[in-house]
Amino acid sequence: MLAIAGTVPSEGFPLIDGEIILEDNHIRICDEYISINRGTPALMAAAIKTAETLGQPAPFGYLIGDIGLGKGSRRLYKYLTDHLPQSDFQILTFHYLQPIVHWHERLQQALHEMKKLPILIADAGFMYVAKMSGQAPMYDLFTPDIGELAFLADEKAPHPFYTRGFILHDENRVSDLIARAYTHNNAARFLLVKGKQDYLASRQGILETVDSPVEEALEAIGGTGDTLTGIVSALIDSGMSIPEAAVVAMKANRLAGFYAKPTPATQVMEIIQHIPKALSKILEKRV
Amino acid sequence: MSLFGFFKGKPKRGTSGDNGNADRGIMVFENTSEVIQAENALKREGWEIRVMGPPPEIQSGCDLIIEFPLIEELNILRMLENEGMPPLEIVPVTSPLLQPVDLFHIKDFGEYLMVRAANMKLTVEKATGNIVNVSGGGCPDVPFLACEMVGHTLADAPSPREIGHTLCGYALQLAFEEMQRQCSP
Repeated sequence: MLAIAGTVPSEGFPLIDGEIILEDNHIRICDEYISINRGTPALMAAAIKTAETLGQPAPFGYLIGDIGLGKGSRRLYKYLTDHLPQSDFQILTFHYLQPIVHWHERLQQALHEMKKLPILIADAGFMYVAKMSGQAPMYDLFTPDIGELAFLADEKAPHPFYTRGFILHDENRVSDLIARAYTHNNAARFLLVKGKQDYLASRQGILETVDSPVEEALEAIGGTGDTLTGIVSALIDSGMSIPEAAVVAMKANRLAGFYAKPTPATQVMEIIQHIPKALSKILEKRV
Repeated sequence: MSLFGFFKGKPKRGTSGDNGNADRGIMVFENTSEVIQAENALKREGWEIRVMGPPPEIQSGCDLIIEFPLIEELNILRMLENEGMPPLEIVPVTSPLLQPVDLFHIKDFGEYLMVRAANMKLTVEKATGNIVNVSGGGCPDVPFLACEMVGHTLADAPSPREIGHTLCGYALQLAFEEMQRQCSP
């Protein structure tokens, strides 16, 4: 089973966990309704749409409110540290959490107390803290965009805000950035790099590239990276290997974007609605 | 209050652990008096900070620096500015020579313009100056900032400097300022 952990942008939102339900333009966990704009709710909605399409059970969610002060994130880190050792999730996806090194280390210890170490996926703030802690190789999949890939490639930067200019200048040389990230052990076992072209990479280099359909506007739309992470998480949960799931997810996310006929003003929910159709189309082609 | 006092008692905001200081930053001040004032102000607000000697790479300021939770740089900087005691310089503990990103990527979509600073992207409709999307980033204030800013114009939107808290918020502030420059007549 897949579990997803992250935050919502509301300071008073309580810590909740449970099965994630999709109802109209909201997700629901327990009795709490959360609108799907971007961030972790967008990731969760994409994962649910994917699971529904595949006939898989809904993922499990851990959510708390945090507007960047880190209070909610700290509570969630602690809750996960206390509860995950007794759980039996096969896949864990960590998302918008405040990057806090010592909490990341405690959580890592808790993960190693689980009967079997799950497949670990990290995006957003949790990917930052995994790299910051020097424990990126513990993870199975990171899903950076090109700016975040430059951060992973910069062995000195503690956060993308401090990525050095000569590395940012290198953004057109994705394979060099990937190689540099692996050289300094700042990458997960697989990298799914999202952008104008999407890449699947490992320590061996670029394994797959997906570049169609092209919808330039997607880069501007908040949450399109979150949907990609949600789709790939749910596909892995369905039993696909990470490389197989990554390629299907890259294609399906792009196709869902294409179906939405996006402009740079499009909101991500308009794209999420097209995930089932896009995914079905991609899976049909594979047969 | 002890200048070198370590935290004890109730849990403090931004507590660092024993395993590395990769998420810590350094604030450099003009003189020791400013360090003491800043230390008192930060501790009063519950921040876990340490006053210590500067690393050799720091060439400016006095003989003391304040170590703090780097990710929350924007929030702490805003508080010190409000108190009238902004630091001379802020750098990461692990690499004190690093500077904030100063490279912007501009993408023209015709009716829309996108500016990216580091990992943060801001998109506006050119004709109206309306902020239509905020994307990228990973700290939890990014979805919050997006909620607060999208739908407002560049002129009336709250700035990330005012309501953001983290380094992602700071990067969005840089994109916001660059967008204002790009859209100014």
